Amino acid sequence: MEKTVKVLKSAIIRFAGDSGDGMQIAGSRFTETSAVFGNDLSTLPDFPAEIRAPAGTLFGVSGFQVQFASTDIYSPGDEPDVLVAMNPAALKVNLKDLKRGGTIIANEDSFTEKNLQLAGYSSNPLDDTSLSEYKVIHVPITKSTNHAVMDLGLNAKDANRCKNFYALGLTYWLYDRPLETTINWIQNKFKKRPEIAEANTRALKAGYFFGETAEIFTTRYKVAPAHLPKGTYRNVSGNQAASLGILSASVKSGLPLFLGSYPITPASDILHEVSTYKNFGVKTFQAEDEIAAVCAAIGASFGGALGFTSTSGPGLALKQEAINLAVMVELPLVIADIQRGGPSTGLPTKTEQADLLQAVCGRNSESPLPVLAAATPSDCFNMIYESARIAVKYMTPVIFLSDGFLANGAEPWKIPDIKDLPEIEAKFRTDPQGFFPYLRDENLARPWVKPGTPGLEHRIGGLEKQHITGNVSYDPQNHELMVNLRAKKIKNIENGIPLQEVEGDPEGDLLVIGWGSTYGAITAARENLFSQGYRFSRAHIRYLNPFPKNLGDILMRFRKILVPEMNLGQLSRLLKAEYLVDVISLTKVQGLPFKAREIEQKVIELLTK
Amino acid sequence: MQDELTKPTNGTAVKLTAKDYASDQDVRWCPGCGDYSILAQVQRVMPLFNIPRENTVFVAGIGCSSRSPYYMNTYGFHGIHGRATAIAAGLKMARPDLDVWVASGDGDLLSIGGNHFIHILRRNVDTTILLFNNRIYGLTKGQYSPTSEHGKITKSTPLGSVDNPFNPLTLSLGAGGTFVARAMDRDAKHLQDMIVRARNHRGAAFLEVFQNCNIYNDGAFFLYTEKETKADNVLFLEHGKPLVFGKQMDKGVKLEGFKPVVVSLIEGKYSINDLIVHDETSKELAYILAQFSTDDGFPLPMGVLYSENRPCYEDEMQEQINSVTQRLGAGDLEKLLHSGNTWVVD
Repeated sequence: MEKTVKVLKSAIIRFAGDSGDGMQIAGSRFTETSAVFGNDLSTLPDFPAEIRAPAGTLFGVSGFQVQFASTDIYSPGDEPDVLVAMNPAALKVNLKDLKRGGTIIANEDSFTEKNLQLAGYSSNPLDDTSLSEYKVIHVPITKSTNHAVMDLGLNAKDANRCKNFYALGLTYWLYDRPLETTINWIQNKFKKRPEIAEANTRALKAGYFFGETAEIFTTRYKVAPAHLPKGTYRNVSGNQAASLGILSASVKSGLPLFLGSYPITPASDILHEVSTYKNFGVKTFQAEDEIAAVCAAIGASFGGALGFTSTSGPGLALKQEAINLAVMVELPLVIADIQRGGPSTGLPTKTEQADLLQAVCGRNSESPLPVLAAATPSDCFNMIYESARIAVKYMTPVIFLSDGFLANGAEPWKIPDIKDLPEIEAKFRTDPQGFFPYLRDENLARPWVKPGTPGLEHRIGGLEKQHITGNVSYDPQNHELMVNLRAKKIKNIENGIPLQEVEGDPEGDLLVIGWGSTYGAITAARENLFSQGYRFSRAHIRYLNPFPKNLGDILMRFRKILVPEMNLGQLSRLLKAEYLVDVISLTKVQGLPFKAREIEQKVIELLTK
Repeated sequence: MQDELTKPTNGTAVKLTAKDYASDQDVRWCPGCGDYSILAQVQRVMPLFNIPRENTVFVAGIGCSSRSPYYMNTYGFHGIHGRATAIAAGLKMARPDLDVWVASGDGDLLSIGGNHFIHILRRNVDTTILLFNNRIYGLTKGQYSPTSEHGKITKSTPLGSVDNPFNPLTLSLGAGGTFVARAMDRDAKHLQDMIVRARNHRGAAFLEVFQNCNIYNDGAFFLYTEKETKADNVLFLEHGKPLVFGKQMDKGVKLEGFKPVVVSLIEGKYSINDLIVHDETSKELAYILAQFSTDDGFPLPMGVLYSENRPCYEDEMQEQINSVTQRLGAGDLEKLLHSGNTWVVD
């Protein structure tokens, strides 16, 4: 049968199945292939906290969405064009997001009575009319996979586990993707188990050939490579980018990197990644708890290393007393908080932006420190690098904020030239002449002295210190002076960071202000609305404390200000407090990122009211 | 058993005296506090190690004892409550060349800092950990501590504490400590010897020091420290020597099966040859000794209960870095950034 080929600018596909079905692998491989193919892309992994939730249940469904395009894209997209549903539960959970008229590739083998019952279906949706507004393609994924690997002598479980690659192969055919990138990955991943490598490769190819030969697919789609700026690219997740960023700061500054960390979702991948950098002289320490992790990093900073600790919200709460010690002893320290849904244990694998106030205000007494946030997965590289630069230059702990969406999401990244990265100059004092531990430089930073330096023996600690001498002091005037100096030091950082940029007109009816991972959704919303004739400006804040010094002026030039956030309005609160402006808060706390449409609706409402 | 002087000695050794180790800060402990003696003995033995003063760092948490770094003319870090061992561990990992000490109290080390304490011991990070044990919270004005005896009446336990106390020695042995010793503030010479032994142990060395808090828990250790009662209630351990104690050295400890018993050496039934001979390398013996209590009629052991040579955490950490660097070559950032699948957009 002749198949028609349709050229698309972009497409969105979602893989969904049991948490043991390998959907994250399928999604990541599709992403990697599309990246190498040259598409722009954005991903949204969405999985339960349980490692292997009971099979077939609604709460055990794991999903991975990827949007890939021949043009610039900014978000994983609102509505998938194609849903791969490995079982009834995956269909049930994800159907509501699927585009009207979208395609469902269903593994018909798993639509058994038991699975239908687990998913709450009273009749098989593949057989009744409930899916009539979609294109439903029944594929015997389990049977076909088993058939493809039959003669390899695998046990039933191992053979079954190849079915994600079968589904992946089918989508490769559908979107005209090459198989090589994935085959290479499989060979490398399973090099110690060649029979598994062979089985997965066969499953992948079988899926691909099914698309080619089966008479059920009438159309194939092509999404051409995107015209991205010149350069060398790779695909990168937020946690990878953050790891590479902090390593780059270490290499560029000449400061040995010390990571003290305690495993916590979704930050653990930073510990894993940085632990592979040992031939850079990097030391990684999996501590007994969050507190020990940050304290060890502080001890390392005291010793002259670049102290770094990675965590998520609950861990940040545990670390705050130690971070406050770093504020008091004025040592450089980078704290990466990969935010997740809370409070308490909350939604460990889901995303949220609700640690902003914890980062800015979450310590006892007057305890100012810089807070930076990344906007996209690859931006994690830039912003953690900036965090390290500021920490060293101003002798202060810095909190870098990312979130689960950025951490696990991926996008193409134009690899930076190392020589273009800003200098990070670590000035270790060695001259005993005129030395005092709290004698400040022009940035109000105190000197950093490595223990082992003769003639500079001194003591630091959490007790209030006398200005300049660093002796313990309870003097009332001195305390006020020191509180003010610490505040001034951090406020002054506004002179060492870029001015806030505004996209669009510098003044007007509406400014949408975002921070962190809402970047993509706001950008997509702005582009979509532009084509419909709606105009608004946007500013995305990366420096949340101190704010860029022109931010106040920018706010004054707009009649309305909208702040979308995945919390109950934390940036709104900071903006109101700092600038006495009225801001309209748009909040979403569902453990999922904003859809562009959600922002578009609010913008239209504000522009037409 | 004598440990080698194996700690690093960067630079040239300089002849220093105890005075060189006293900082210019006024010592603010209560007059008569046992902390003065511990500080003095530390300062007295520091010159023996023949290492430049700038290579020494004292790390502390919170409490009376934790003020000690301010009084040492070395590098010092007064941290937060309970976390001295965690800060010290990070410092030592980052800077294995430094001589890292921890000064801590019973509340700081065993209560709020209990977790970090057991983990630094099992990891065997090369540090010298001094526990100033006064069995009370001094700085917060007199609440019971995790080493206070059951029934202790304090401001927070007006009817007596119902907590069972920690035994710091069994705790540290159980945590896998490689050096466990005990001394007393009022026995200066022995305390100095023990500080030297602890300092010269390669690994996490734990030294418990009985310290009198003359304000909130005066006399807690007088049974062991005062002349009239000391000899009959304290057993000084020496490697290779039998366990003998008493005013006339007339008593000893022997084993009956796994059970230690105190015997008289003058009644003619037992001689010195029947007694346990102390062996610092025996963990089994260390456990037995660590549980001696005067409440059960045993003398309290002082000295080195246990000493074991085990690789230090920071050394193994460095070895991994060395071997992977040898295998893969020194890290190349450019190459790492370009690793995996890349593509070029022209």
